[in-house]
Order: sequence, then structure tokens, then C-alpha cells
Amino acid sequence: MNAIALAAIGLFIFVIGYRFYSKFVAEKIYRLDPNYVTPAHRFKDGVDFVPTNKFVLWGHHFTSVAGAAPILGPAIAVYWGWLPAVLWVVLGTVFAAGVHDFGTLVVSVRNKGQSMGTLANKLVGQRAKILFLFIILILVLMVNAVFAWVIANLFVTFPSSVLPVFIQIPLAIWIGHAVYKKNAKMLVPSLIALAVMYLVAVLAAEYQVLQIDLVRYFGGEDGAGLFGLGAISSAFFIWIIILMIYVYIASTLPVWKLLQPRDFINSHQLVVGLGILYLGLLFTNPEVTAPMTNSAATDKSWFPLLFITIACGAISGFHGLVSSGTSSKQLNKETDARFVGYFGAVGEGVLALISIIAVITFFPTADAFKEAYNSFGAASGGGLGNFVQGASQLATGLGIPVDIAATIVSIIVVSFAATTLDTSVRLMRYIISELGSEYKLPALEKTHVATTIAVVSSAALVLIPEGPNGFGSGGYLLWPLFGTSNQLLAGINLLLISVWLKRLGRNYLITLIPMIFLMFMTLYAMIIQVFTEWAFWNESSSTLLFVFGAIILGFALWISITAVSALLNKNLPKLDPNE
Amino acid sequence: MIDKMKQLIAYYEEVLSMPHRQEIARELRNEDDLFLLLLYSEMIGIPNPVYYYTLELYPHMIEKFHDWHLRMGMDKSPLSGIRCC
Repeated sequence: MNAIALAAIGLFIFVIGYRFYSKFVAEKIYRLDPNYVTPAHRFKDGVDFVPTNKFVLWGHHFTSVAGAAPILGPAIAVYWGWLPAVLWVVLGTVFAAGVHDFGTLVVSVRNKGQSMGTLANKLVGQRAKILFLFIILILVLMVNAVFAWVIANLFVTFPSSVLPVFIQIPLAIWIGHAVYKKNAKMLVPSLIALAVMYLVAVLAAEYQVLQIDLVRYFGGEDGAGLFGLGAISSAFFIWIIILMIYVYIASTLPVWKLLQPRDFINSHQLVVGLGILYLGLLFTNPEVTAPMTNSAATDKSWFPLLFITIACGAISGFHGLVSSGTSSKQLNKETDARFVGYFGAVGEGVLALISIIAVITFFPTADAFKEAYNSFGAASGGGLGNFVQGASQLATGLGIPVDIAATIVSIIVVSFAATTLDTSVRLMRYIISELGSEYKLPALEKTHVATTIAVVSSAALVLIPEGPNGFGSGGYLLWPLFGTSNQLLAGINLLLISVWLKRLGRNYLITLIPMIFLMFMTLYAMIIQVFTEWAFWNESSSTLLFVFGAIILGFALWISITAVSALLNKNLPKLDPNE
Repeated sequence: MIDKMKQLIAYYEEVLSMPHRQEIARELRNEDDLFLLLLYSEMIGIPNPVYYYTLELYPHMIEKFHDWHLRMGMDKSPLSGIRCC
């Protein structure tokens, strides 16, 4: 099949979904009112509550939710062939992610711009709030571990990307300083920073001396590394430790010093990345070489694992945190919620779709694809590398040489992953502090204590699983757990929207059905993985995965019970939408 | 055409600067809050040599004062002299 045609079909369904389905949801279910006074106007304070143009708000919302996850998930999930992955991304975005992101935004707007955690308490009760907090804690822990692995993996596979990524740090600090202290405009400095990064990338791709290749320093793949570990294993270990030291510092600095200016540079990178991929697709006009469904994929069934392998890009609970945390406080008119929320989800779907296409057009033949994706383990470990190579092949359509394109694409993915890592370590630190104050443990409220716990637990988690290249290289084994916790968060968000709709006396099936679907898939996937793979009585047992899988399974059951009792509870009083 | 490009660039810049503007506003507000606290330093037992003059600020700050005490976690005005709520 022609890849442009595939992309066009996907994009067409997104357009139809936005044009018709979101309109139906906006008018009949959420019943948006153009005259409703949004929190941005009602509590206008110039800081958190600021009425914002809907296009600007969408841009901000989209850049906050798009990251490395909608790239990595699809790159793994094409293991079962491209059709299941494309269908799940397209239909998931239209029927699940759209209503989820849109719904969390609307519920929050109708409740003084409060976040979903606070609303859990109000709509369902105190227990739901604590459940919410614990699921976020597990989610951020998984994010820290998986994304640290993602970065270490790209540094080991594409050593030319190391220097440009580290150059970004002083550049970001310089921009932060210029903007904050001298009130400079940020567009030009951040474009200069991007140009410098890419220039270094071009040089690093050309000259080996600029490539920080730890494996080569240890004497190649067979060389001896540290503490009797192999060279690759040692490289992973060193990169993960360096990353953890970096995030410790980055997540305790004020946000304007490093995190925000790096975000400006990364927003450009999102535009550059999407541009390279879609324009490259147009110019190279490739054929899809991967099989539609992979009959050789027998070691793990697509049902239900597909639905937790692609989380971001089809539906992601994390978006609910952004919708209800910041976007809802800045919505100018309630009717803008459809564009910001639903179209934000579509933006993420567009990114996931092109990630799939980059991978499925990369291999010269279907056999080469099957060779690279010969097991689920190989797909998980190698998916990201395949994406980078596939994307650089698309970039050749724009006249960019392959090795330079590969460096630039890996820089883009690393930058996304690093921002996510920074933010989630920071978030984990806040949650640990909040739990400390909840359970009267004042020591946990101290910044450095909370950050140390966050960083050390994440580092331990990513180093424990052993991949084919030894210690530290198995971080991807945690990917299904990341997907599951993200889906659970989406599940609880959808539950809250459903309860809200029910208490308003409206039809809540449009959120209940995706919720039941998600909860069923995550429960089913966890039961299969925990009992037939990770438990100690199996050949492939793993204590770490078993423990985390069991905890997540427990949470999934807990949410399901909470959902049933909340939806059947007739004592919850009716809500007034204008209250 | 050039106008359209300018519009696009202005839009792009606004998207980029949105979180930053928010952060700067937050820092400024924190500084303001600290300043207000200094004005009411007697409340926390620190003598205020200029309290006589700060009284003159009263009409200018009555509205801000209300937001301030709400942000500081006090539902009602902590000073009986200023009855904003």
C-alpha cells in the first residue's frame, strides 16, 4: 500500500471525527454554552487565570502533551502489523482520546478550573482522590524509568546525538537568563539555539571525534566495561547515572532557569520534527513494506497488549492532567474547549500516525521487517531505533543526508524524553511532599529529601531489569506497565466525567463505553502478564515486573469497584451545571 | 502575504511565551506578597517604623489586600482595621 494514501485516510478520519463527532459531543452531551463565564474570566488574576486566544491555547496544550511516548508506543506496536496499530491510533483518538481530553477540560471549566485530583474528591469522595494520587505516583515512576532508558538507549545507539543534546543545556540557561533578567524576546534567541544545536549535530555526524561513544571507549561491543560488566551494559549504566544526576539538579532549579527555555527550543523541534516527517513522506512517496498483519507474531497476542502498548497517541490519562491543570484556567469561551481539547488529542494522533508510517516504510521488504521484529522483546528493544532510521529515510526526501537526519531525529526524541523526564521527576517530588503532609511525615516535605527519593527509586527501577545487552538495558520491559498506568489514569478520568454527566442527568455512554473498554483491556492485559509470564511459577518470571504488575492490577480492580459503586449510587445529589 | 507571515510569527511567539509570561507574573506576585507582609510586619511581631505612612497606602491597596489574604490562606481579613470582607 502507498504510505501517502494511508496517511491521507488516517488524517481524513481525524477530520471527520473532529468535524462531526466532536460537534455532536459538544452540543448534545457537554452542552457548551458560549455565554458561560469561564474561570479565566471569573477568577482572572493575570497569573493562572488568563483568558487566552483559542489558537494560542491549543498550541500550548498540544506542545505540553506531545512527547516521546506517542513515538515509542507505535514503533513497538507495529510488531503485530501496521493495520492494528493504525486502527487503534485512529479510532482511539476519535472515540476515546478526543472525548477524554475534551471532557476533562469541560468538567474542570464547569468546576472553577479545579484539577482532576480535586474533582475526584468532590465527585466521588476522599478515597477516589487518594487512589488518583497513587496512580499518578506509579505513572510518574514508570515515566522516569522508561524515559531514562529511552535517552540512554539513543545515546548508545546514536552517539552523535550526545553533544548537541548537552549543548542545549547552557543555551537554555542563556535564553532563560536573557529573557528573565533582560526582558529579551525569546523567539530569535531560541531559534539561534536550535541552529547551534543542529550545526553541532551536522558536525558530530561527520566527525567521529565529536561523538561521545562510551561503547567505543570501552573497546567496542565485546570490550570490558566497569565492575566486570560488558561494554554496552556499562555505557547504559553510566548514562543512566549521569541522567539521574542531571534531573536531580534540573528538577530542583526554578522552572524559568532551565525547564522553560528548553521547552521553547523543544517546541521548535516539534514543528521541525512533524515538518520533516510529513514533508519527507510527500517527497519520498514510499510504499508500506511491513505486513498488514504479522502472522509470525505469535509469542504475544495483540489482544489485549496492543491497547496498552500504544497509550499516548490513542488515549492517555496524562492529557487530563494538562487539560484540568492549566488549560482549563485559560479558556476564553467555553465553546473553545472543543478545539483545544479534542483537536489537541487529534494533534497527538497525527504524531502517532506518522511514527507508525516512518517504521513501516523503513524496511526494504516484508521479510526484513519480520527479521527485525522477530519477537515482542526485539520489537520493544529495537522499535525506537527503527523509528529513528525510518524517519531519517523520510528526511532524505528533503535532501538531508541519512546520518545527519538520524542524528537530528534522535536529538528531537531525546529532547522530548528529557523534558518529560524533568517534568515527571518534579511532579513526583510534589506528590511525595503531598503524601508527606497527608500522612504527617514532615521529612518528606523537604525538597531535597523528596527529590532524592524520586531520583533514587527511578534509577533503581530502570537499572534492575536485564535486557539482552545486560544490566540497565532492559528499561523497555517496563513499557507495558507505563502504558497500563497511563490507561488507568485515563480510565479514572473518564469515570469522573461519566459521574459528572450522570449527576447532571445527561447521557454518559460516550465516556462510559471507552472507560469500560480501557478498564477491560488493562485488567485483561495485566492478568495475562502477571499470572502467565511474570509470576514466579513461570519460566519467564520476574519479581520486579510481578510486584509492579500486581500493584497496578490491584489499582485497576479498585478503580473498577469505585466506578461501579459511584455509578450505581443513587444517593449522590444532582448537580446544577451553572453552579 | 507579508502581513500573514507576521501574524503567524506573532502567533508562534505568543504560544511560546505563554507559560513564561505566567511564571514571571507568578514571581512578581510572590514579591508583592512579601512586600505586603512586610507592611504588616507588626502582625508577626516585628516593629514597623513606617506604619504611619503605610496607612496612606490604604485606599490603593484595599482591593489587592483582599486577594492577598485569600492567597495567604486567611478566609477573612486578619486586620480589624481593614474590613474588606
